[in-house]
Amino acid sequence: MNMKEKMPITPTTPMPTTSTAVAAEANRRGPSTADENAPEFRAPDGPHELDSGPMIPPQVVPTDDVAESVDAGRASKMRANDVSVFYGEKRALNGVSIRIYEELVTAFIGPSGCGKSTFLRCLNRMNDTIPSARVTGRIELDGEDITSPDMDVVQLRARVGMVFQKPNPFPKSIYENVAYGPRIHGISNSKLDLDEIVEKSLKRAGLWDEVKDRLSESGTALSGGQQQRLCIARAIAVDPEVILMDEPCSALDPIATAKIEELIHELRGRYAIAIVTHNMQQAARVSQRTAFFHLGELVEYGKTSEIFTNPRQPRTTDYITGRYG
Amino acid sequence: MTDVRTDIPASATAKPGARWRDAAASRRVRRRYVVERWFRAAGLLAIGISVLFLAFLLYSMGSKGLGGFVHYEARLPIEFAKTDLFLDPATLRAPDANQKVRAADLEGAIATAAKAAYGAEAEQMFSEAASYSLADQIVRNPDMLNGSSQVWLPVSSRIDIAAKQEGDAASEKLVSLLKQRGALRSAFNTTFLTASDATDPSAVGVWGALKGTFFTILVTMALAFPVGVLAAVYLEEFAPRNRWTDAIEVSINNLAAVPSIIFGLLGLAVFLNVMNLPRSAPLVGGMTLALMTMPVIVIAGRNAIKTVPPSIRDAALGVGASKMQVTFHHVLPLALPGILTGTIIGVARALGETAPLLMIGMRAFIAAPPGGIADSATVLPVQIFLWSDEVDRGFVEKTSAAIIVLLLFMLLMNGLAIYLRNRFERRW
Repeated sequence: MNMKEKMPITPTTPMPTTSTAVAAEANRRGPSTADENAPEFRAPDGPHELDSGPMIPPQVVPTDDVAESVDAGRASKMRANDVSVFYGEKRALNGVSIRIYEELVTAFIGPSGCGKSTFLRCLNRMNDTIPSARVTGRIELDGEDITSPDMDVVQLRARVGMVFQKPNPFPKSIYENVAYGPRIHGISNSKLDLDEIVEKSLKRAGLWDEVKDRLSESGTALSGGQQQRLCIARAIAVDPEVILMDEPCSALDPIATAKIEELIHELRGRYAIAIVTHNMQQAARVSQRTAFFHLGELVEYGKTSEIFTNPRQPRTTDYITGRYG
Repeated sequence: MTDVRTDIPASATAKPGARWRDAAASRRVRRRYVVERWFRAAGLLAIGISVLFLAFLLYSMGSKGLGGFVHYEARLPIEFAKTDLFLDPATLRAPDANQKVRAADLEGAIATAAKAAYGAEAEQMFSEAASYSLADQIVRNPDMLNGSSQVWLPVSSRIDIAAKQEGDAASEKLVSLLKQRGALRSAFNTTFLTASDATDPSAVGVWGALKGTFFTILVTMALAFPVGVLAAVYLEEFAPRNRWTDAIEVSINNLAAVPSIIFGLLGLAVFLNVMNLPRSAPLVGGMTLALMTMPVIVIAGRNAIKTVPPSIRDAALGVGASKMQVTFHHVLPLALPGILTGTIIGVARALGETAPLLMIGMRAFIAAPPGGIADSATVLPVQIFLWSDEVDRGFVEKTSAAIIVLLLFMLLMNGLAIYLRNRFERRW
């Protein structure tokens, strides 16, 4: 089973990267890749093999336990514990516990309205902007509770960046789009620093060669795929620790989608990434961990290869085989 | 998933056939086209009527008002040596020359000279305006006092009307005499643009009212725009949604519909009686109009802010912008074109407002242009209202001409605002 684990580009394999920064980053992190792969080879899905037959009890498995058993010993970047979200009286999310790991892409899949985007927006408290939304439970970033009122959301969102479903560049120049984050956070003091950050971010987003001669043109004049990569460049310009992506490819054509997916692979070496997607092939291609949401509940969480080849829950099986959703 | 559905009746699966080609079908289609034609005709009629009204307005204004920009001047031979002006050219080089000349009995000298040149009937052919004009000419060229000279002076409004072919018999006779001698010419009426209100229609001008309007609108804009925009931003972006903000929203909407004279009463009661601000001043007029304009700007501003796509807010919040930064870096610049449009509408309404200004005393007769926002002044619409009330026939064309000036002023201001709006819009 573990041989089927989809790892199209690991940091150790030479990858066709446009970004020297990413490559350097990958090299720097070289030693840690051994740790990353180690648990997967050491404990090949041990506890689940017993459950993976067709006769599965339909109850919800306590997912936090599953997560711990899958990635025992791995330090989590973010950790959600029993998170519920209410919109007014309506419960949109019911007791979700999940972990997001550094250097891994975690995909959230599920039918529309299942709460996966809602959950994603909890991770950088974007739900604060919805007056009727109420979040319970505990969400940690490096052990720090981000749901507490003491947490500074501005700082949190600098650490946990976000890319949205529809490409939403600011109606300003390409340069200003990328420079905005570093500027408001006061990261760079000189124009020279800022130029460097813009160039580095655009290179990491694989957009530099396409836009380097027209940085002063409007970001909204780019094509949809370029706009989305510009949004990714904008998010990584503030050098976050986690990047959340809410269906980043749903408005893009297959070629632009392929570019974004490639980019996600490259970014994985540096950031913890959580991605919401409707496209199950995409989840299979880009992610190492997958969480399946249904009706506001986390139904199943595990290695992507397992979820897609050998799901333990009948609801997951039904969704993956296209029975609904 | 591969089930074959068997519950569909055979008739429904049959081909449509001739259903769309029979007489009933074509009748139904024809009826739809008839309705459409009627609707188009009604629309054309509505547009035609409004164009007709506009054309009538422009024609009646143009035909009556354009004459106000032109006046007739008559040539008058004056022998200054024979008049008792007691003016010495040597003393007229001093800075107070203007005062000295105006203090002299120019009117008497003009009347005597006119009588001598054109007969007894002509004694009253010049009015106040002529003596001002003569005074200016003397100050400019004091040497003319040393002999006799021919001067062109604006005629009185009675002769002016006669020269424009609608006067009384005596004046018509004098006009034909003047024309015979080549002593009558028409000229651009610079007085109308440079002078202020006067009792003599040939001496009136709109400069004072224009200046008053400018100061008043300046005060209105300076107060209503920032207050209105900030109120809109606060209500839309920061205020919690509760009963209080609902009540405020309803009050602002109602305020926009309050008759303007009520605002005048408010200005009278608060600004004049309680705060003891100067009466008839552009300051108070502007404050009163600002009260009236602010709700319009708030409503337009809130609507403009609402139309800013939420994705932009999300994007800015997503990179860690604070609420304040989101509002002032992204939302406000994008909403500005809409806010400016609302401001144009509000200020254009304020520009044409008369009633509230009457209440705070801007209807006084003010013959000197205001020097600042605290001086007594009047505004163009009020000036038009005052002139339309005058009995002298000379004021008729002055009223129309003042309307043209008001409309041009409005056009200028709106043009400026639209230019600004388009400039901001290009930044998208």
